[in-house]
Amino acid sequence: MGGFLNSTIARKVAMALSGLFLVLFLAQHFSINFISVFSKDLFNEISHFMGTNFFVQALLQPVLIFGVIFHFVMGFILEAKNRSARNIKYVKFNGNENSSWVSRNMIYTGLVVLAFLALHFYDFWFPEMIHKYIESHPEDAARYYDELVAKFQSPIRTILYVVSFVFLALHLYHGFSSSFQSVGWRNKYAKGLRGFTQAYAIIIPLGFIFIALFHYINNL
Amino acid sequence: MKLNLKIWRQENATAKGKIVDYPVDGIDGDMSFLEMLDILNEQLVEKGEDTIQFDHDCREGICGSCSLQINGEPHGPDKLIATCQLHMRSFKDGDTIYIEPFRAKAFPVIKDLIVDRTAFDRIQQAWGYVSVNTSGNTVDANTIPVEKEKADESFNAATCIGCGACVAACKNASAMLFTSAKVSQYALLPQGRVEATERVKAMVRQMDEEGFGNCSNTGACEIECPKGISLENIARMNREYLAASVKG
Repeated sequence: MGGFLNSTIARKVAMALSGLFLVLFLAQHFSINFISVFSKDLFNEISHFMGTNFFVQALLQPVLIFGVIFHFVMGFILEAKNRSARNIKYVKFNGNENSSWVSRNMIYTGLVVLAFLALHFYDFWFPEMIHKYIESHPEDAARYYDELVAKFQSPIRTILYVVSFVFLALHLYHGFSSSFQSVGWRNKYAKGLRGFTQAYAIIIPLGFIFIALFHYINNL
Repeated sequence: MKLNLKIWRQENATAKGKIVDYPVDGIDGDMSFLEMLDILNEQLVEKGEDTIQFDHDCREGICGSCSLQINGEPHGPDKLIATCQLHMRSFKDGDTIYIEPFRAKAFPVIKDLIVDRTAFDRIQQAWGYVSVNTSGNTVDANTIPVEKEKADESFNAATCIGCGACVAACKNASAMLFTSAKVSQYALLPQGRVEATERVKAMVRQMDEEGFGNCSNTGACEIECPKGISLENIARMNREYLAASVKG
């Protein structure tokens, strides 16, 4: 990690930009998933497009995977540097007096989200890659909705997803607004932007929780 | 009032320190926190024990010398004051008070509660100034018009006393608030713009070399700063640094 990314500020900017990219992706992912609540056919159609379009598969997907890996690797690098900056801990540290729990514990909420991503990839991404590129099954535009619903038959998986989305909300609650400060964007609109980012951090994960519970309850 | 003090004692920079209990009595609410420690030290002298070493100078909240972590917060529970301006009326009879040095790898303990904050001096020396020709033909700074709003922002940044509370409060021991205040006080003025690109790069480089942590935007530094230095300065420094990096 040489050159520009050697500096504290540059690393935080890179962290912020990768985070903003993932926030954008989250909105797109939520929009498509939410369609599954009211239209099986439209969900299948869009999923098939996303799963077979060359631009999405060959360009956007690698960029997304790079963005995810970059974000958590940089998170670990920053955390290691931060821990080394205070080699002797305070006997008494009253962090709640001057900062929020979520802002001080991004590494832990991030680790839960990372563990969730492993589960999510195990559930959807790896089976999809094996189905398409290893077992080379013929295209079936009608399979996506049933595959999604099948996963949410398990109450344990549904609970794991719901809990993970709560941690995602906590991570976004600080991370989304914080990313603008990291890139130096702070002006008269900052207060409004903070409100928007915090609303986003609650609404999008709540939406994902709703989708997971909807498919679980709908098929009881 | 009676208090149970739990104070960090450390013989020297290399010795292993520990918390030692000191019960004190007869403390008046109108005493400053440092006066309370003076009384404790007088009692220790009478007993023939080693006094507790702590930094102080002006005792008026201006010099930035006093630097105590009190009950887990730099400069104690009250806001917008330095330790010397903290009064014992902020505590109750029977309270237990933890007193520790500011903790950061870049602020090594010298003895007891005194830490070496020369890392801040080195950041300042990196480019925390404007180069002015003092050959005798110096132009009066007041001949250059400055917007009132910018002048006020610059002045607010310049009120940083370099006490290190921002580093002490930050979970990452980051010095971004201090460095950004020093960068901002010049970046906002036409006299400082001339060297703004080189200044921000040099000061951030020095800050990184000193081993301070990253800014996680928790805002703890702003809350605990005795002079109320704003997080806006950090955003400004980030912008200045990005612009300087693009310029090369």
